Amino acid sequence: MPSFKRPKALADVPTSYCPGCTHGVIHRLIAETIDELGIEGKTVGIAPVGCSVLAYNFFNCDMIQAPHGRAPAVATGVKRAIPDNVLFTYQGDGDLAAIGTAETVHAAARGENITVIFVNNAIYGMTGGQMAPTSLPEQVTQTSPYGRDIKSAGFPIKVCELLSTLDGVAYAERVAVDSVKNIRNAKKAVKKAFEAQIAEKGFSIVEIISSCPTNWGLTPVDALDWLRDNMLPYYPLGIYKDKTS
Amino acid sequence: MSERVLMKGNEALAEAAILAGCRHFFGYPITPQTELAAYMSKRLPKVGGVFLQAESEIAAINMVQGAAAAGVRAMTSSSSPGISLKTEGISYMCGSNLPCVIVNIQRGGPGLGGIQPSQADYCQAVKAPGHGDLHILVSAPATVQEMVDLAGKAFDLADKYRMPAMILADGMLGQMMEPVVLPGEPAGPLPKKEWAASGHNNGRPKNIINSLYLDPYMLEESIKKRYERYKIIEENESLHENYLADDAEIVLVSYGATSRVAKAAINMARGKGIRAGLLRPLTLYPFPKKAVAEAAKTAKAFISVEMSMGQMVDDIRLACDCSVPVEFFGRTGGVIPNVDEILGFIEKTDRRYK
Repeated sequence: MPSFKRPKALADVPTSYCPGCTHGVIHRLIAETIDELGIEGKTVGIAPVGCSVLAYNFFNCDMIQAPHGRAPAVATGVKRAIPDNVLFTYQGDGDLAAIGTAETVHAAARGENITVIFVNNAIYGMTGGQMAPTSLPEQVTQTSPYGRDIKSAGFPIKVCELLSTLDGVAYAERVAVDSVKNIRNAKKAVKKAFEAQIAEKGFSIVEIISSCPTNWGLTPVDALDWLRDNMLPYYPLGIYKDKTS
Repeated sequence: MSERVLMKGNEALAEAAILAGCRHFFGYPITPQTELAAYMSKRLPKVGGVFLQAESEIAAINMVQGAAAAGVRAMTSSSSPGISLKTEGISYMCGSNLPCVIVNIQRGGPGLGGIQPSQADYCQAVKAPGHGDLHILVSAPATVQEMVDLAGKAFDLADKYRMPAMILADGMLGQMMEPVVLPGEPAGPLPKKEWAASGHNNGRPKNIINSLYLDPYMLEESIKKRYERYKIIEENESLHENYLADDAEIVLVSYGATSRVAKAAINMARGKGIRAGLLRPLTLYPFPKKAVAEAAKTAKAFISVEMSMGQMVDDIRLACDCSVPVEFFGRTGGVIPNVDEILGFIEKTDRRYK
């Protein structure tokens, strides 16, 4: 009978995430992938600044903590130094799509052979719920208390759509972790992204639509409903680029 | 190899870095360090190395951070405005105990400033090269040969003390040509880096490269440990040249390109019967405090000669405990002081403290 065990690549420590947060699920998907591909010994992960800053404690592979937004540049340096190793960055929406936009776009444009796991929950979690580059129009946050006014704050950035125009991108898929079905699909996407890197296809990114019950002010269950009702229509799931086959 | 070759400062420094085992260079174009990156882009692919032109100075220093974290010798070069952008990465590398070499071919500031030689980044380099309690090693070549010698040393010391090292030069040294003798390749293998995040290969516990400590007591502890290393560095790693300073009454303190003009002025002053001499720091962090204190015993006055508004003056005052007056002569904004004006200032100072 199959048993549900902790993946070897996931450290046996309590995480720092809030109850109902989907970071834990996403960590597990990455760890399962590392186990299945048998690459823990040659994987180096890059932790961002944000809620997942402590991710270096949660994975059992070698880890580096990068300055805010710079994870793709740090990963580039590592990969260029030890090209046979497997590199992944784990980044939130503020890290990747605001302060680190340049590093993200240019790593993608170079076709840097790394895998980016992009957790989009439409808010800055760690600092207490400010408007993110991916916050939706009208979304109420600490710094958009009257709702995100697109006339002043502009529009959310659709990262997969943006990056898919770049020739260096081998694989870009947007998935969600709101249901068993979507989580299973997210796992497939994460694995495919790592495999694209191992096959030296170029830059791979998986954008994962996820929830932030604490800063959205919702219960974990209601947060997943809000995600489905509001985020998925704005951020359609699917494969945006696939040059892996 | 002991053959003398004629090389530009920027190119000689680049070749010296390669000879020191550096195979990873990340940079962004800026005048007047241009030749350094151009040389690396030509040479590194020929020796199995990596040259990567980054999208920004910020990305370049973070690529250096990644390569350093993976355990290789890595380097970036820039000039003043670009160094300001790198300060975030420098701070993280200090906090993460990562070695690297950063070259600053200084130009005039503040802001976009100018593109002529300057030493106005002294305080940035030796006092606050990034946020937080930290130091980086700072050396100051005055000849193309020293660009070579100090580059090799910077890599060795950066590895030894696990911290960034900066070569603080200026546009004049970067652009000028002089004969140099290049060193050979490192005799033995480069130092092993057991701490590197290069994949644990299922053979050791995982390594974490990190500067975050949410517990203030642990952060304080880590900083104090680092300051113990700084103390050893201050004790052992300062370098200076003493030029006619032993019996000098007027002691000029000057480094880099400026010190060459100061030397010429000292020779002329000696010809006029003034006992002038030079203390030339080759390291700015650590600052050669003992040499300054020693010179203060015979000096009537120090003159700090710089291409800035006098950023080194306070360090000389501190080193001699204000026992001797410290005067200042300098030009800034990209203006190089000439021999006559330095000589004039020596004569004026000599008269004042007769």
